[in-house]
Amino acid sequence: MRAISIRTRRILKNRAFLALCLFSTSATILILALLIASIMVQGSHFLFNSDALSAVFAHGELSQLTKIIRWEFLTNFASRFPEKAGIYAAVIGSLWVCAICALLALPLGIGTAIYLEEFAPKNRWTALVDFNIRNLAGVPSIVYGILGLTAFTRMFGLFGTDKNSALSFGPDNAWWHIQLPFGQGLLAGGLTLMLVVLPIVIISSREALRAVPSSLRQASLAIGATPWQTASKITLPAAIPSILTGAILAMSRAMGEAAPLLVLGIPVFIANTPDNLNDNFTVLPFQIFNWAGRPQESFHQLAASAIVVLLIALICFNGVAVYLRQKLRNPLA
Amino acid sequence: MPDTQPNLAKPATASAPTTTTSSPASEHVTLRVKDFNAWYGAYQALHNITLNIPSQRVTSLIGPSGCGKSTFLRWINRMNDLVANARAQGVMQLDKDDVLDRAFDVVELRRRVGMVFQKPNPFPKSIYENIAFGPRLHKHFHRSDLDALVEQSLRAAAIWDEVKDRLHNSALGLSGGQQQRLCIARAIAVGPEVLLMDEPCSALDPRSTASVEALIRELRQTFTIVVVTHNMQQAARVSDLTAFFFEGKLIEAGPTDGMFTNPKNKQTEDYVTGRFG
Repeated sequence: MRAISIRTRRILKNRAFLALCLFSTSATILILALLIASIMVQGSHFLFNSDALSAVFAHGELSQLTKIIRWEFLTNFASRFPEKAGIYAAVIGSLWVCAICALLALPLGIGTAIYLEEFAPKNRWTALVDFNIRNLAGVPSIVYGILGLTAFTRMFGLFGTDKNSALSFGPDNAWWHIQLPFGQGLLAGGLTLMLVVLPIVIISSREALRAVPSSLRQASLAIGATPWQTASKITLPAAIPSILTGAILAMSRAMGEAAPLLVLGIPVFIANTPDNLNDNFTVLPFQIFNWAGRPQESFHQLAASAIVVLLIALICFNGVAVYLRQKLRNPLA
Repeated sequence: MPDTQPNLAKPATASAPTTTTSSPASEHVTLRVKDFNAWYGAYQALHNITLNIPSQRVTSLIGPSGCGKSTFLRWINRMNDLVANARAQGVMQLDKDDVLDRAFDVVELRRRVGMVFQKPNPFPKSIYENIAFGPRLHKHFHRSDLDALVEQSLRAAAIWDEVKDRLHNSALGLSGGQQQRLCIARAIAVGPEVLLMDEPCSALDPRSTASVEALIRELRQTFTIVVVTHNMQQAARVSDLTAFFFEGKLIEAGPTDGMFTNPKNKQTEDYVTGRFG
């Protein structure tokens, strides 16, 4: 009698636990599905041509296929008329800022990771550095906005104001024209986002390097490779897939940030793409933030449409990261 | 090297090594070790080791786990430099050079003293690149010279016939025994005088072990070989000389035959007859 009851109880416990796990998983999926569905419903008005949709699906006119998407949403500048508004400036701004951020954050971050993981002595000083980097990764991004505002936008007031700058490099019409301070320009934005993602790049790169078996380092050192030759020819190549994955995920984080740029005070309305590194810009998350804050329902729909575009871009980023991880996992297999 | 003797360092105790003449006067000594002490932090891992390792012979280091034989091996090519609190004192001479001298270039030392590890650790590169990696670190090669060197090294490690048709495939696709012989070929390729092997067969199956042991006997004609092993039959099979370590001290060293048939020391006898360890 007793043996059976223990056995039954064990089976019941097992089932209960399974049910709990299933519930958690399905709740997560349900929330995600709801989110995507509600955004798609709201955003569809400005993303799709209802005429072309019905032409293709109700009447089978495949010639209308390319017109299903309202391309003007992607190619128009922002406007105070919702029907004319688009996200062109925001998309271009996002690309610029992310490119600047990647060019600065990846070499710095990966270099730091290589030093800390492969060369730095393990002592109290490096432990302190390590502790601080981990803390920085947890700092809310809006805090980096304040730092960006003083360090990049105003440069502590050392070089006058951005309207009346004390120093500038390059001809005014060159794309690489730079003036100090950076004001609300692309460089200020890219550098501020660099601050946000740098700790993430460092931590993910360090973990990637740490995952390389130390037997490989020993093998390399034992045939007379210097620590630098070992790091550059053995450890780094073996860690590159994971480093890249981490870098891409960090970039998708940078692409989704609005808060630090909000603190910089980038302009709300932009009707041109940036001409040089000091030019004003806007990014997708910031454009979404602006539209969502308007009272009119149409602007909320515009915000939802821009969110769909942003989500698609982020899914592509993460997809590339997953693909790279799978593809490069076995370097020669 | 540290110049202060730590407080914990004990003077040579009563159980001083009963070293038989491990190398007759006629034999050339490659590695000369005298009064060698090694520490990890405050813990002394080796006490007053005095041992001569003769050229073109296989010397096996035996003893129970933690007896210091691997520590000794890893000082010969200064792999212990990687351990933050490891230090050593005494004489360790490779031919005329002082291994422990900080000024002695460790990169050059490791070119002259190759190492094979317990677990095969080929690089995640092609078979060819695994061998070519070492030589290219030290000097620039013409393609044809490098090809010849790779072939020569793989032949010397008795693996050429198995891999000659797939030199540019991943080394990770080889079996464990093949990987270990590849690692030996990789160590040979930089032209060392001494080969250190840290339990080279303990991760291999019996058949691969046999092939690696045969290779060790073969390589003795060209290199001075020091093998750390837990396997006493292996020491008996491959080595000319055996050194028995126990609790950080060298208890007995001498020709392998004598060590196993007629050990002079009671502890050695207990160990080689399997009474402990």
